[in-house]
Amino acid sequence: MSVSRAAISPRGYRETSLLLFAVFLAAAAAAQEGADDSLAQVQTRGVLRWAGDVQGGEPYVYQDPEDHTRLLGFEVEIAEDLARRIGARAEFVQNDWQNLIPSLERGDFDVILNGLEITENRLARVAFTRPYYAFTETLMVRREQTSVRALADLRGHRVGTLANSLAFDIVQAAPGIDVVIYEGVEEPYIDLEQGRLDGVVLDNVIAKRYGAVHARLMTAATVGDGIYAAAVRPADRALLAALNDALGEMIAEGKLRSILTRWQLWDERQAGLTVGEPRAAPTHGAVRESSLPRLTMEHLLLFVRGAGFTIVISTLAMVLAVSGGLLLSVARRYGGLLPRATAAGYIQLFRGTPVLLQLYVLYYGLAPLLTLNAFTAAVIGLGMNYAAYEAEIYRAGLEAVPIGQTEAALALGMSRALALRRIVLPQALRVALPGIANDFIALLKDSSLVSVITVVELTKQMTITAVDLRGWFLPGLLCASLYLSMSYPLARLAQRLERRLSLGTS
Amino acid sequence: MAPIVNVRGLGSCLGGAQILSGITCTIERGEVVAIVGSSGSGKSTFLRALNYLTPFSEGEVEIAGQRLRPGLSERTHAGELRAVRTRVGMVFQSFHLFPHLTVMGNIVEAPCQVLGTEARAARRSAEALLERVGLTAYAEALPRTLSGGQQQRVAIARALAMEPEVLLLDEPTSALDPRLVGEVLAVIADLAAGGQTMLIVTHEMAFARRVANRVLVLAGGSIVESGTPAEVLDRPQTAATRELLGKV
Repeated sequence: MSVSRAAISPRGYRETSLLLFAVFLAAAAAAQEGADDSLAQVQTRGVLRWAGDVQGGEPYVYQDPEDHTRLLGFEVEIAEDLARRIGARAEFVQNDWQNLIPSLERGDFDVILNGLEITENRLARVAFTRPYYAFTETLMVRREQTSVRALADLRGHRVGTLANSLAFDIVQAAPGIDVVIYEGVEEPYIDLEQGRLDGVVLDNVIAKRYGAVHARLMTAATVGDGIYAAAVRPADRALLAALNDALGEMIAEGKLRSILTRWQLWDERQAGLTVGEPRAAPTHGAVRESSLPRLTMEHLLLFVRGAGFTIVISTLAMVLAVSGGLLLSVARRYGGLLPRATAAGYIQLFRGTPVLLQLYVLYYGLAPLLTLNAFTAAVIGLGMNYAAYEAEIYRAGLEAVPIGQTEAALALGMSRALALRRIVLPQALRVALPGIANDFIALLKDSSLVSVITVVELTKQMTITAVDLRGWFLPGLLCASLYLSMSYPLARLAQRLERRLSLGTS
Repeated sequence: MAPIVNVRGLGSCLGGAQILSGITCTIERGEVVAIVGSSGSGKSTFLRALNYLTPFSEGEVEIAGQRLRPGLSERTHAGELRAVRTRVGMVFQSFHLFPHLTVMGNIVEAPCQVLGTEARAARRSAEALLERVGLTAYAEALPRTLSGGQQQRVAIARALAMEPEVLLLDEPTSALDPRLVGEVLAVIADLAAGGQTMLIVTHEMAFARRVANRVLVLAGGSIVESGTPAEVLDRPQTAATRELLGKV
């Protein structure tokens, strides 16, 4: 041992490692060259798997309203043309837009072709083809907001955009703006019209189709521009080259122009694309290593904030559920015909439909009649849903109280209402308590659903951070541990209540 | 002085079956009446008709100056029923103490909530009652920690806290371990000695003989015999009574 250690002097060590590194680099290069059968694979398979999210809607990729098995959109046509040119058939893979890149890395498909903007962050991660579309970022406001001329005019206001988009980066970079994140393109404009937002920044393609159709909205400014390009894994150089050639052909032949024209997307900006050079693939490895963001204190604070929202929403919703459930169960057991039927119908309706649907209806569906802010809608939505479950728990509790208790109370001169309040309910509540505590735990977790109505609670914060950090593991772990630290004390409480109750009945 | 209980033509139908029919009787203030009969004779239904815990369908009851008639409902006649029940106490076979309240809580609950008695005054009378039933040490105990006999004594104290003019006792010792029957009967005997008007449904013939002024024998939903314990228990006039007493 001592001999071999002496043999490697500091200098010798450096030389050895340099040598090793050179060997490694050569091997890696060889492996890369050798492994890049990406194009051959696609051609052998005869299928080019390309991914997008149909929730992005018209004109990108969407279901044909007449025939739901068919997809329409300018990107569908581009994908089909590209595939044909490289000797394959295009096959669409549906993927959540936010997670297109992780899925590409996992190998779920060969190429992303779905309004993916070229950004610095993405360049570190995927290889982009030459662009196929040039767009601008459009700021829309309500017609009466005539003083808004730029993003800076919306300081201190709520501005909506799509998660993980270029527009999101632009809005977030503007100081003092409260960014509200959406997953669909329709919802932000609904909220803008309802006054729940004061501005929406999205790609002009989206703004024209989804924003401009609202009579009360108008375009205030163009706040940025960018380009869409297809993306492949950086290692798939052969496929990238083939796609670039194919795109070049499409542009040269005027095919791209005819597709874009048919979709009313052609404008003078697109002319610039034809002369543009293909976007170089990043020299991955070096770039990737240095630019990978890490979990910072700031992230942790955001997580704690998300957990805070989760607790506040869950607690308020539970208060609503507990009192609403009490009302429902009493109406159901002691009420007249009408209250009984109403309570039974309510319970069936809210237990029988997904809470996600209820949240959507409450927030977006009822928006023209009743404009709730996201937080209120989240509390009311979850509370109303859980009230139905609490009602059933109370019912079991009420049924567990012997009839003799009511008789004894009545025999002492109490009215039915007084007997219920003083004698029956306190006993029923004791039976119901463990169930209520368990439901509170379930509610803590179900509260993650309110992210669909733009509330950023713990789980949503996790997905945002995960995309930011390009990794799900650490954020997932952190998120899970925060949930556990909230639910574990509750579980212990439920356990203790159950034990105390069983002592009480024995 | 008018009788404290006056029952005229009381009848009760349940799902087409006649449970009680043509019961007529009067009970004077201070009387202790034992109601005996085989099971299914209607004695409990009769007792529960007197505070309308079980509604009846025919006849009329006058009790503690209040009138009861068929067709009263808990919801719409709450005031009338309350007037009866605050004057007529009841003790059940299986106690029905409120398990979430202490012994003291059980006793003061109705005076405070129904009569609006001030809490401190209610506690003072409750302490006196606990002394009377021999449970002073248990004021803060929860019912489940007490024996059956102790629980029934608390139930009696709870009924007495309303200062009822009439006390109805529905088989007060039937659910008790035989060793514990004596302590409850002693309390009832003490009440009888104090002049409390009581109607007691019971199987304890020896006790009835010792404490009751009068014995009512029910069979098939009607009173078949009525008289002093000596008359009824020693010289039964009807086959039903003889069968009940095992003197066939």
